Amino acid sequence: MTRTAGDTIRTSLARPAGDAATAARRFAERASAEGLIDVAYATYESPVGTGTVAATKRGVVAIGLPNRPVEDVLDELAHGISPRVLELPGRLDDARRELDEYFAGARREFDLPLDWRLVGPGFGSRVLRATAKLPFGITSTYAQIAAAAGNPRAYRAAGSALGRNPIPLIVPCHRVLLSGGKIGHYGGGPELKEYLLRLEGAIGN
Amino acid sequence: MIAPMSTPLAFQAFLDEHREPVHAFLRAMVGPSDADDCFQETFIAALRAYRRMDGRHPRAWVMTIAKRKAIDHHRARARRPEPRAELPEPVERNGSAPDDSGEWIRAAIAALPDAQRAAIALRYAADLPYREIAAALGCSEQAARRRVSDAHRTLRTKIETEEATP
Repeated sequence: MTRTAGDTIRTSLARPAGDAATAARRFAERASAEGLIDVAYATYESPVGTGTVAATKRGVVAIGLPNRPVEDVLDELAHGISPRVLELPGRLDDARRELDEYFAGARREFDLPLDWRLVGPGFGSRVLRATAKLPFGITSTYAQIAAAAGNPRAYRAAGSALGRNPIPLIVPCHRVLLSGGKIGHYGGGPELKEYLLRLEGAIGN
Repeated sequence: MIAPMSTPLAFQAFLDEHREPVHAFLRAMVGPSDADDCFQETFIAALRAYRRMDGRHPRAWVMTIAKRKAIDHHRARARRPEPRAELPEPVERNGSAPDDSGEWIRAAIAALPDAQRAAIALRYAADLPYREIAAALGCSEQAARRRVSDAHRTLRTKIETEEATP
């Protein structure tokens, strides 16, 4: 096989790929220090897989459950908040620690500031704020949450607002069930909803 | 009313997509020891201007910034009294012996005129097609091809001379 001049040039310019990754990490630290990042995110580990957690300067703004691709969460952040989104695990240390503790069964409520910007105004927002007050291990129904949000008959609208919950786990939409006690829908999948309810002791083993 | 622009990707996705070719391009332009600083400058500038990016040619857009940072870097260096950039250490590849041909080729690339050096780095280090090289350099595709081929000819002469020498 003959080696062309192009091959020689190309080979001489090749370097291990790690260089760019290291440079990218240094860039991320500098961008954060200069205040250029509007949304920081990181991954978290749960017993059912890896998810995504994101925060602005105000607080936690989004949680991607393990079944949701990270690209999907990033798109929502870029469109809903700002495209200046970067992976900065250091800015999510508290959120990740609290999620770890929750999944370990060692935390019953989250003590994290929230940013509600991905939640639209109106009834849907009232539904999610009412849901945020549901205590650990206590379930409610779509109809009860609709009533708490000011419109007892709007249980379908309550269901769709819960389906769009940008901050699941911390805003515990998994605690809202169908009126007959059936488990109902969950963005993270019904298996995860059941898992969380068992973890909280809300349903039997 | 201004037509709404499509929101660009999250910056992390943009960084992931372009970091390797940008870093490779800058290594070819300024050498490995200064490539990191130029890389930081490039992506900080890109982040500041990100909302105004024309989403049609993101790679050409970021390469235009990288080229500007590399040229700024050369000018800053030229103003300083000490001699030119130290050249990179030999690279080991796949456990084989270090290939010392890299060093003199990088020196030969460093000696090319700015326009040719940028063109050949975009072609061989960043692996861009000519259409994107032209967009990054702000010239026609024809001119981009000519710059690469001129640079290639100069380098090929050097390579043949080196390889003929025992």
